[in-house]
Amino acid sequence: MTEGRAFPPCLFSFISAMDNKIRSLRMEHITKRFPGVLASDDISISVSEGEVLALVGENGAGKTTLMNILMGLYQPDEGSILINDEPVRFRGPEDAFRAGLGMVHQTYMLVPNMTVTENIALGYKKAWKHLRLDMKEVRDRVMEVSSHYGLSVNPDAYIWQLSVGEQQKVELVKTLCLGARFLILDEPTSALTPQEVDELIVLLHRMTAELSIIFISHKLQEVKALSNKVTILRHGKVVFSGNTDDFSSKEIAAKMTGHEIVLPRNPGGQDRGEAVLSIKDLTVMSDRKTVALDHLSLDVSAGEIVGLAGVSGNGQRELAEAINGLRKAESGSIMFFGDDIVNKSPHDVIAKGMGYIPEERNTEGIVPSFSIKENFVLKDISSETFSSGIFTKQKKIDESAERLVKRFDVRCPGTGTAAGSLSGGNIQKVILAREIERKPRFLVAVYPTRGLDMGAVEFIHSELLKIRESGIGILLISEELDEIMDLSDRIAVIYKGSIQRVLPKAEATAERLGILMAGVKEE
Amino acid sequence: MIDIITNMLAMCIPFSVALLLASIGEMFNQRAGVFNLGCEGVMAMGAFVGMLIPFLAGGGGSVPQWYNALGFLAAALLGAFFGLFFGLVTVTFRAPQGIAGIGLQMFGVGTAGTLFRHFVGGTQSIPGIPDVDIPLLSRIPFLGDILFSHNVAAYLAYIFVPIAWYILFKTPWGLKVRAVGTNPRAADSMGINVSRTRYEALVVGGALAGLAGAYLSVAQAKMFSDTLISGRGFIAVALVYFGHWHPLQIMGGALLFTLAQTFQTIVQSMGISFPYELAVMLPYVLVIVVLSFTSRNQTTAPTALGKPFNREIRT
Repeated sequence: MTEGRAFPPCLFSFISAMDNKIRSLRMEHITKRFPGVLASDDISISVSEGEVLALVGENGAGKTTLMNILMGLYQPDEGSILINDEPVRFRGPEDAFRAGLGMVHQTYMLVPNMTVTENIALGYKKAWKHLRLDMKEVRDRVMEVSSHYGLSVNPDAYIWQLSVGEQQKVELVKTLCLGARFLILDEPTSALTPQEVDELIVLLHRMTAELSIIFISHKLQEVKALSNKVTILRHGKVVFSGNTDDFSSKEIAAKMTGHEIVLPRNPGGQDRGEAVLSIKDLTVMSDRKTVALDHLSLDVSAGEIVGLAGVSGNGQRELAEAINGLRKAESGSIMFFGDDIVNKSPHDVIAKGMGYIPEERNTEGIVPSFSIKENFVLKDISSETFSSGIFTKQKKIDESAERLVKRFDVRCPGTGTAAGSLSGGNIQKVILAREIERKPRFLVAVYPTRGLDMGAVEFIHSELLKIRESGIGILLISEELDEIMDLSDRIAVIYKGSIQRVLPKAEATAERLGILMAGVKEE
Repeated sequence: MIDIITNMLAMCIPFSVALLLASIGEMFNQRAGVFNLGCEGVMAMGAFVGMLIPFLAGGGGSVPQWYNALGFLAAALLGAFFGLFFGLVTVTFRAPQGIAGIGLQMFGVGTAGTLFRHFVGGTQSIPGIPDVDIPLLSRIPFLGDILFSHNVAAYLAYIFVPIAWYILFKTPWGLKVRAVGTNPRAADSMGINVSRTRYEALVVGGALAGLAGAYLSVAQAKMFSDTLISGRGFIAVALVYFGHWHPLQIMGGALLFTLAQTFQTIVQSMGISFPYELAVMLPYVLVIVVLSFTSRNQTTAPTALGKPFNREIRT
């Protein structure tokens, strides 16, 4: 391993204390190999004071690896990092913090069985008084930062009680609390509402007066709105670098994927059939024993996509779980093709023909240590197709797996590969393939494209539209307004556990939905 | 009848101390993400060394109390050393913790027995440490006997329970321990040295297991034998799950288990015709039953328990 010149820690902190402004940051000729993968291949980037660099690329292009190297989480095999033209070497995140770097990771770096304040205290060494942790000091700092930036978080909530969107806010608050002067944001907007994204962009713009930002994203509108410079990675290499303003979103997308992408849209025009899923007065408690769904009512018909828009944490997760028998309902009914499935077991709900793409694809959607083919048959392993009653029919399982992998374009070394080792987009394809192959009578899809790159989004959207074409109803839960508006026939807005309003697609605009999602009643 | 109940409850506190100390120690290990099945072996070594020092000093006769204290200290140091060694095997070399723990258990129990035969020979008793009646409080009827007339080590062990709670939930070190046992990657990203914290927790846990062993030989049995520990190290591991990794709940578990044990000894001593083999089984059956019926609250569990951490392996 070759590395840049190492500073002794004392010298380093001396320098950073003398001059804590980061006027420029460069990574030069960074190469990093993982067993069997060249994750970074001679990558160079540079950011000057007050600049926002967008790091763009598909999943697996090596963006996150590069940033982990910058934060000292990985050591590069070759290449160097320079701050203010001085080579530095970060042996761990501690060194990077001291230099003023702060990162919001894509997979949240939070400890679920600790509170928000405790999580932040973990890095807030000022409050470490040897034998005592000054929690009040940390809490005050959290409140200060969260009110200053309008990022509302409950400092006393446990992380496991929070939705993904709320956890993202905690991550942002955490990084800001710890005094970062150079922000690295790994897909920071993937869980925010459009309003929050706009706010964040305004906020980040304002912050560039004091600090520089590296911003990883697939979302090209955000790249356009926020960044001055863009660097595009593909397969661990820089394929393009330039000023953002000189290129359109389309051009950047084409450079990123190597071909042009047009997301499919719902053509509309199908008559609404009878309601096949009919939820009446459903009341459900959250993990915190507060009311998550408050007498919620919603109908979905065969062959239509109903998009459920809302800020995460307003009951979306609880609704999906209650429909699929994973969460007990206090009262109300869920009529599914004429039967009440409320408080039925997941097994009964599945047997009635419910398909489900869950929110947490890694923990709920697949068994990560099982192979792809095993994951394909999880729900049908006792069916006659795949089982003789005592033994599994390996040949059938293999055949069906090969067919699905081909049809859904799951990129994997083979169907025996552990599903957990695949990228997010490919895991989502595995789940989608399993659910569609079962020929469901209805599909609940929760955040089906969260964190996926454009190519994968295009594929999943067109598959969802195909299901709709075949006459199956879909309840699509998403925070992406574009996704909801592209795919839905009707759009229901959820706020604090009940449906604010259901709009036909033609009447729904981003502004109107945004207002409804914020809880403003319109009359 | 009331005498019997008083007796039973009065035995409960001193007899629960070894379990309490060992399981609190194991709790620190597990909160940091390492489960040490070798607890039994560390206790055996602690029990041996704890007894050896006052025995050699007095040749079985009475010795000044500070020799007993020295025995406890030596047991704690030896336990800490075993914690360090277990850290080397499971944290640095990332050996499977279950297997490494069983190895440590067999090593500890076997070595303690062999050294005992070499240095002591046969069954030899030591005077141990006397019970202390706390003035006034010990004279409270009923409660006085149960709570306030035990040996000093037992009082100290119970005073340590709230201290352990404070350490775990109110100090920076406790915060680090809980973080590295649940999401080491997050702790790592916050600049916390995962390996070092796990080592520290193992040293603390080992020292407590050593003390627990010394308590058995010096304060409780006042002697050493190969079967002195008799599975208490494994019960301690079970009590950690039973107590949901929380010091106060673990204390409750230790008391409940000991109560069941004293109950069966009393039943036997009263001469009730009941197969004693079944009576001896009772506490263990109780642990299994209670473990099966306690809610497994995944929200407090250290979810990285048993998983070695490697920063550059992507999961």
